[in-house]
Amino acid sequence: MITFILNSNTIHTDMPPGMLLLDFIRYHQHLTGTKTGCNEGDCGACTVLMGTLNNNALQYRSFTSCLTPLGNVHGRHVVTIEGINPEEGLNPIQQAMYAESATQCGFCTPGFVMSLAGFCLGHRPATAEQAIAAVDGNICRCTGYKSIERAAAKVAQLLAQRGDAAAVDFAVEQHLVPAWFAGIRERLRALQLSANGEFEPADDVQAHYVGGGTDVYVQKPEEMKLQAIRFLFDQPPLNGIAREGDRCVLGPAVTVTDLLESPLIQQYFPRFPAYARLVSSTPIRNMATIGGNFINASPIGDFTIFFLALDAMLVLSNGRSSRELPLRTLYKGYKTLDKAPEEYIAQVWFTLPGAGQQFHFEKVSKRTHLDIASVNSAISLTLDGDAIKEVRISAGGVGPVPMLLEKTAAFLQGQPLRETLVQAAIAIAQTEIAPISDARGTAEYKRLLLGQLIKAHFITLCPQLQAAAMLNHEQY
Amino acid sequence: MNNIDARTHVRGASVYLDDIPLINGTLFGAAFGSPVAHGRVNSLDVAAAAQMPGVVRVFTYKDITGENQIGGIIPDEPLFAEQETHFCGMPLAFVVATSVDAARAAVKKIQADITPLPVITDPREAQAKGELIIPPRTFRLGDTANAWQQCAHIFEGRADTNGQEHLYIETQGAYAVPQENEVIRIYSSTQGPTAVQRAVSKALGLPMHQLDVEVTRLGGGFGGKEDQANTWAALCALAAHHLKKPVKYALHRMEDIAMTGKRHPYSSDFKIGLDADLKIIAYEVTFYQNAGAAADLSPAVLERTLFHCTNSYFIPHVTATAYSCRTHLPPNTAFRGFGGPQGMFVIEAAIAKAATALGVPASAIQQQNLHHTGDTFPYGQLAQSEAPACWQKAEELYDAAAIRQSIHDFNVANTLYKKGMAFMPVCFGISFTKTLMNQARALVHVYTDGSVSISTGAVEMGQGVNTKILQVAARAFSIPPERIRIQPTSTFRIANTSPSAASATADLNGKATWMACQAIMERLKQVAAEALQTDTAAITLQDEQVFVHGKASGWDWKKLLMAAYVKRVNLSEHAHYATPGIHFDTSREKGHPFAYHVYGAAIVEVTVDCLRGTYTIDAVKVVHDYGASMNPAIDQGQMEGGIVQGIGWMTMEEVIYDAEGRLRSNALSTYKVPDIYAVPKTIQLQALDTRQDNLAIFRSKAVGEPPLMYGIGAWFALRDAILAFHPAADIPFSAPMTPEKVLMALYSKNGTPAPHAKTVDHLAVDK
Repeated sequence: MITFILNSNTIHTDMPPGMLLLDFIRYHQHLTGTKTGCNEGDCGACTVLMGTLNNNALQYRSFTSCLTPLGNVHGRHVVTIEGINPEEGLNPIQQAMYAESATQCGFCTPGFVMSLAGFCLGHRPATAEQAIAAVDGNICRCTGYKSIERAAAKVAQLLAQRGDAAAVDFAVEQHLVPAWFAGIRERLRALQLSANGEFEPADDVQAHYVGGGTDVYVQKPEEMKLQAIRFLFDQPPLNGIAREGDRCVLGPAVTVTDLLESPLIQQYFPRFPAYARLVSSTPIRNMATIGGNFINASPIGDFTIFFLALDAMLVLSNGRSSRELPLRTLYKGYKTLDKAPEEYIAQVWFTLPGAGQQFHFEKVSKRTHLDIASVNSAISLTLDGDAIKEVRISAGGVGPVPMLLEKTAAFLQGQPLRETLVQAAIAIAQTEIAPISDARGTAEYKRLLLGQLIKAHFITLCPQLQAAAMLNHEQY
Repeated sequence: MNNIDARTHVRGASVYLDDIPLINGTLFGAAFGSPVAHGRVNSLDVAAAAQMPGVVRVFTYKDITGENQIGGIIPDEPLFAEQETHFCGMPLAFVVATSVDAARAAVKKIQADITPLPVITDPREAQAKGELIIPPRTFRLGDTANAWQQCAHIFEGRADTNGQEHLYIETQGAYAVPQENEVIRIYSSTQGPTAVQRAVSKALGLPMHQLDVEVTRLGGGFGGKEDQANTWAALCALAAHHLKKPVKYALHRMEDIAMTGKRHPYSSDFKIGLDADLKIIAYEVTFYQNAGAAADLSPAVLERTLFHCTNSYFIPHVTATAYSCRTHLPPNTAFRGFGGPQGMFVIEAAIAKAATALGVPASAIQQQNLHHTGDTFPYGQLAQSEAPACWQKAEELYDAAAIRQSIHDFNVANTLYKKGMAFMPVCFGISFTKTLMNQARALVHVYTDGSVSISTGAVEMGQGVNTKILQVAARAFSIPPERIRIQPTSTFRIANTSPSAASATADLNGKATWMACQAIMERLKQVAAEALQTDTAAITLQDEQVFVHGKASGWDWKKLLMAAYVKRVNLSEHAHYATPGIHFDTSREKGHPFAYHVYGAAIVEVTVDCLRGTYTIDAVKVVHDYGASMNPAIDQGQMEGGIVQGIGWMTMEEVIYDAEGRLRSNALSTYKVPDIYAVPKTIQLQALDTRQDNLAIFRSKAVGEPPLMYGIGAWFALRDAILAFHPAADIPFSAPMTPEKVLMALYSKNGTPAPHAKTVDHLAVDK
């Protein structure tokens, strides 16, 4: 039995835990404001909010309900557009959208409203940029977004008055959400106590592991519906980002948003927000887990590439025993892993960058945001004066697995840093990779692009290099 | 006035096809599309599917009670494939089951034994093999053959534009509900209710008066639901007709993308000649339109390509030939601009090629050759031109010289980034090019409580047509908008409608509404004049009050209506409007096909990241000829949305078929449309208010399609920026300009062509 709060109603349902939240909302609860657009988390028409109690604090994040299994909402608060509608008229978010003519055909509109509602219930700074960032997962085909930008700016303006008030309290006071939201925290607490153990996730060895669901529900939603599933998303032992000595220890269920909000990550990777912006969208970042990104084994998984350059280690467990494995040895071939079916990632750790160690991530896709990479790459670079002391470069989209460019790194090791050295390293990298032509680009493009991204790494990290000298079109 | 649907939209309370509450006993359909683009069907085994749990019946062509035919312009498109398949996704069977999941699961059990036949995906190859949808057409002005001698400069080249997926966020779908006496009500997400009615009538063998097609609104259309909503409606209606049960089919996104046609890809050859003063003397162009497997709307799209092949320019000698080429792709169809943008891209490419070779900015050639009032279009109509006015105002208002200088300075100072700019003038003809389609009807009822109900053939899909029609009635009756309701579009209320397309819906249906309201008003004035003992000419109505010679009479709207009703005066009217003065003779390819033209000029500015090949669109600054906008908020939305959709077509939207005719960009993960970060940082719009009378409703010119073509400027601005980095870069005139093409051009070797993005032969690695 899955129990959760849907808008203001407590739901107990026997529907299969693997079924999609979107279908449950639309076809079982007949709440048709949540729309079906793409079934793969790429349009945001199905956006809902998910409220979770974390250390007694109520936290709301936006989710795409088309990739969310019902099992992942157990014990939480799910909010659809119907849940934020005032009884009469429009709330201030809706009023802003209305006044700015930010809706045309209207089909994507509830998704935009929900994403903005998520912004209002979250803790990001009340700026127009942040409000716009909140709708980075919503596609509109009619408006050209300029009117939506204007509406988002209005919402941010309203939110700027929040000061130190708690997000939910302020939202209730401003009628951004109905008054009953004030009671949700208590209701969720009571629900968690009573629901504890009520929903028993599948325990058999055949069970499918599901994290955020953002990949498996794109690949095979029909199969997943009736699968026995072990839900790994947001399970306390699999969560958390902590420092242990010189290590950063991560639970595999850590989401991209968790990384983004982690003070430790912010301290060691000051450019992380810029990297994260290149990765999927707000709702997907709220759902997608790093463990899922590793196990999915996509050759262009952004966080696989990120953590490869950090030489991350995995702790794999089968429930009885565990073993340690470097991420770089996990991939045996296209979507083939050094992992037994019953094994799951119990922990991820990496050594925090030391003094002088620099890190950078690059990604180019057809569309800069909310797209899958044509090629991505990360670098970890330590210089000793003029010489390269240590370097790791990872590359995605250039072979059947996410790669560490080991020959390239070996070539660079100990060499004095020069523009010509980078060019020579790119030539070595070309011998290590085997890109194919596909919808994300031709093989020759990916070869050229990887070289450019390697240049971008060095240009970004090493201001002593002459960028212009590395950009000569004659040299290709 | 805001869009009248906006309040329910923002509350999520607007009803779309998939939101209609289900009637008990509703069944769900799913189509089985051919996995082979071109092949001979040896056998189709549906037995296993039919035995799946929940399956009620599997339909094939054998179950068709009428004719297996849904073609609109030409009857060349079977509803179900019989002995041959013509494109991947062509329906072979339709499973109907008690749930969506059961229907989709059963579709996977269908086995088709198909012997593959040669597949053509390239329109030039189709043309060479004589695979044409219609005979080629040629528009001629002057005599190009003899004009080349007058030219100081002649340039030839090739230009290619790829297709474009509509990506309306609401997928296609239909819900057919049998009524008594073999009547079927069909809810359809269609721009053309009558097209659906005709197609279903033909396929089922039922008269049109038994088919009520009803549309409340669409979650986007953009042309994709003009003719291509027919298939799903016909499938559902056929099943409902057999089973006497309601049948619904709302397509999954991947079904929709795979089974429906897109904007036509074109490949074209051009030859342009200029004199020493940069006057364009002659232009020859040959268009190879990739029509896909059936005619659909391709002949009409082809025609509009010819109409717009010289964009805003006057060229005294023009020969434009167009081939509609049959390939094995899903039938390509209407898409905002309807062939016009494809034609305009080629003339802009020709000008750009000439400009680069001559070492002048393209704008020098563009501006020099803008057409003026009285100039002749290649199809014989005389221009009532706003082209120079728009251009001049844009140049002054946005200080084009300063933009050019600042871009130059930036490019001198920067290596990693280069900026570029382009002017994009637009001239777009308004009217269906098929003259007979320029007609519309409106049914207006005034009730005795003072409320008004309006039905027209217009379909609301976000463009705000219902709001504009409501404004027409509010102005005609001088009553507040709250008194007026626009009813869902229904073939039982309004017959023989033209689709909501060609930017002309508000003009046609608005004028019909105006006429109906005027007729009722005339009768009401007579009633008032009689009661108030004066002439009808003395009666006016304003803000619900009746005035006699401008003085309040004490009578109001409701009192007048009741008086009219008591006197048994008709408070309803069904009016018919047909655009006057338009004609076209296809035997001579001359005439006056358009009620009027819409003009504009845009300046597009971009920045290219020369390290990564990525780019941003910095600004689109437009002076646009609205005539006199009757709804600035809606028109601004159409402008911004159209510009961004055009930029999407020209930059990131890449429709990819493999050599076997299978769509590889088959989901939102592989087909990218602009997101909020991809749009221009700035869009500035300035109206060119014009005084001339025109045939638009309230002189408010059509605004649906024209702005899309400003997006073409983005392609040429990117080219400009690439040339700033690498003056000898090889940049094929091939749209879209993806980051891949930008990077390949930035690093193309001098004199040798950069490797082209070729058709992929692998499935996307991931997803």
